[in-house]
Amino acid sequence: MGNKSLLLVSVTGFILGLVFTLQSRPTLMEFGAVSWMPSMISISIVREIGPVIIALICAGRIGSSIGAELGSMKVTEQIDAMEVSGTNPFKFLVVTRILAATCMLPILVIIGDFVALIGSAIIENAKGDVSFLLYFNQVFEALKFTDLLPATIKTFFFGFAIGLVGCFKGYNSKKGTAGVGKASNSAVVFTSMLLFVLDFIAVFITDIFYN
Amino acid sequence: MKKKAVIELSHLYKSFGTTDVLKDFNLNLFEGENLVLMGKSGSGKSVMIKCLVGLMEVDKGSIKILGKDISKLKQNELDELRTNIGFLFQGSALYDSMTVRENLEFPLRRHSHNTEKKTEALVKEALESVGLPETIDLMPAELSGGMQRRIALARALILKPKIIIYDEPTTGLDPITAKEIILLMMNIQEKYATSSLIITHDVDCARVISNRMILLLDGKDYAGGNFNELASSKDPKIKAFFK
Ligand SMILES: Nc1ncnc2c1ncn2[C@@H]1O[C@H](COP(=O)(O)OP(=O)(O)OP(=O)(O)O)[C@@H](O)[C@H]1O
Ligand SMILES: [Mg+2]
Repeated sequence: MGNKSLLLVSVTGFILGLVFTLQSRPTLMEFGAVSWMPSMISISIVREIGPVIIALICAGRIGSSIGAELGSMKVTEQIDAMEVSGTNPFKFLVVTRILAATCMLPILVIIGDFVALIGSAIIENAKGDVSFLLYFNQVFEALKFTDLLPATIKTFFFGFAIGLVGCFKGYNSKKGTAGVGKASNSAVVFTSMLLFVLDFIAVFITDIFYN
Repeated sequence: MKKKAVIELSHLYKSFGTTDVLKDFNLNLFEGENLVLMGKSGSGKSVMIKCLVGLMEVDKGSIKILGKDISKLKQNELDELRTNIGFLFQGSALYDSMTVRENLEFPLRRHSHNTEKKTEALVKEALESVGLPETIDLMPAELSGGMQRRIALARALILKPKIIIYDEPTTGLDPITAKEIILLMMNIQEKYATSSLIITHDVDCARVISNRMILLLDGKDYAGGNFNELASSKDPKIKAFFK
């Protein structure tokens, strides 16, 4: 599930960077603050927009595929078959998937953030004559460890949530092919909501720690 | 001479919410016999065998397999006991993300610490015995329904179980393929001297393969006997099965 997610995340990240920068330019120009662009974009993407958008995309892609996969294994009795052949299907199917999602999401978010910044740099380069070097210099100046750490920690929880909900919905899906569709659908819906709740909690905790 | 019972089910009860599926169901499977269980669709046959192998819990009643009460076993003891049972699921239940070879290796991996050579040999042997050695590297989706059923049978056989449970082995297959599966089952029975519990609606299948039959009706083991006894019964409820 990794390769396709990587492509998806890169494309969305890139467009996000482009669009976000294009949209912000006029406003910043009005205040004569275009030079703040790299720091503003990098902080908002790294802290908030990157993790949330990419987690949502992965909920759509990874969460639904886990839900559908386990759901169809459930309704076609493959999970029962595993159990009678002496394998704990929970360990074999669920634990591995949750672990994979938990480890993958932070990596995808870091890549997505980076690609988004490249997108933004391209716009700045074209419209504002800011060289890549200068852009990324400013980015790294603006970003502090206190931005990166909580943002990365929360992505582990996002990944865990995506894996957990996908597995739970799939594993408990009802009989029949309709059950599989429902499992995968409600995995996405529920995960998306859960992601926002988790994000709120993460921001809340971070706020307590740093202010 | 009384034969040893390998499966003893007594007074099983099972309900889902308000629907009672099993109400005082009894069954014994003796060593070396082919016992056919017939019952209408939705009468609880699959539920019964799921209880039997511990995939579902019964509400009441006792289940003994090879003399062991399964409700008293720890998980690892239950897994150990399950190595003695081959299970052919109603819809074949092949792992669709794995090749035929991996499907067959799956029960081996978990249970016995075979060398790679031994595993390979066992996989080949099981595939030979269902007549599909050339499918070894295919995915289940590339096989027809009948072939899938045969591969599932090979997978159920691979641990050389003492007991095999077949959940509707011929349903959904054309009569010729169904006959092939029945012949396979009989060969296997002869070759490995297994005891089999066969669940079916298929009267022809029951006639050919059964030594003894049980009819499941209203959650009970309504009637038992050999095929001819039951087929010539005057009871209209029993007659309905043989139309
Ligand atoms: N997990 C479950 N939850 C609720 N009800 C169930 C469950 N599994 C089975 N049932 C109900 O139990 C009854 C018996 O189902 P079962 O699958 O055992 O039928 P069956 O005799 O195997 O029929 P078929 O020949 O069609 O396979 C059905 O009415 C079904 O709705
Ligand atoms: Mg059934």
